[in-house]
Amino acid sequence: MFEGVPLTWFLITGTIMFFVGIYGFLVRKNLITILMSTELILNSVNINFVAFNKILYPGHLEGMFFSVFIIAVAAAEASVAIAIIINIYRRLVNIDVENMNEMKY
Amino acid sequence: MTANQLMFTLFAAVIIVFSVLTVTSRRILRAATYLLFVLVATAGLYFLLKFNFLAAIQLTLYAGGIVVLIIFSILLTSHIAEKLEKPSLSKKLPALLAAGAGAVLTILTILQYQFPAEATDTGRTNIREIAHSLISTEKFGYALPFEVISVLLLAAMVGAIILAKKRKD
Repeated sequence: MFEGVPLTWFLITGTIMFFVGIYGFLVRKNLITILMSTELILNSVNINFVAFNKILYPGHLEGMFFSVFIIAVAAAEASVAIAIIINIYRRLVNIDVENMNEMKY
Repeated sequence: MTANQLMFTLFAAVIIVFSVLTVTSRRILRAATYLLFVLVATAGLYFLLKFNFLAAIQLTLYAGGIVVLIIFSILLTSHIAEKLEKPSLSKKLPALLAAGAGAVLTILTILQYQFPAEATDTGRTNIREIAHSLISTEKFGYALPFEVISVLLLAAMVGAIILAKKRKD
């Protein structure tokens, strides 16, 4: 309970966001939209970390630092993914996942 | 309903509605804008929990950095007027089933679990405390992950430049 807001509310919000991200990851074809779904998934995990930190372990900072590091990893991942996507676009002129088998060798 | 509950409900509604729109919108630039709304509402949740530093990071790095990067790459790789094709039902149904079943299972588990009621502190996090933890090597110090993440960011930067560079051949 944080000033009237129960912990479960945060967790349920995070859960819904996570599984919406999973749905987008499975359904979408365009590589950039898949990347956006991944960002949704990472962000929902951050909400859980922060809520657990504040409500169950007040006075500690572990959850906050985990979130900071996850945000940094997400930034690194997005930059490398977009570099790869632009490279693929140069070779194949579209960025649907069906054409990605050319990356194997 | 207190003011906090009201604000939480508002942010949670924005997060859920716009994350659904992010994965279902057929115009890719709009999907990126909806993602921006989701990330800003998440920053609002962090402000509600009084993690001001984290909310600032969320706004500058996620909403300011990653979304701009995504929009740039959308403009480089696709036409704005173009609509994405609709996913077929045979693809949609299993994904919906998997995501729905997972969500229902997780929410039921969360609702059944009895979380211990801890005394909450309502103070906001001291920025001096955060800075000391980030460079401290003692217990609750994060000097090693901090250094590792800086090496990771350098490696990602070098990798991105090399990957996106034009080949000479």
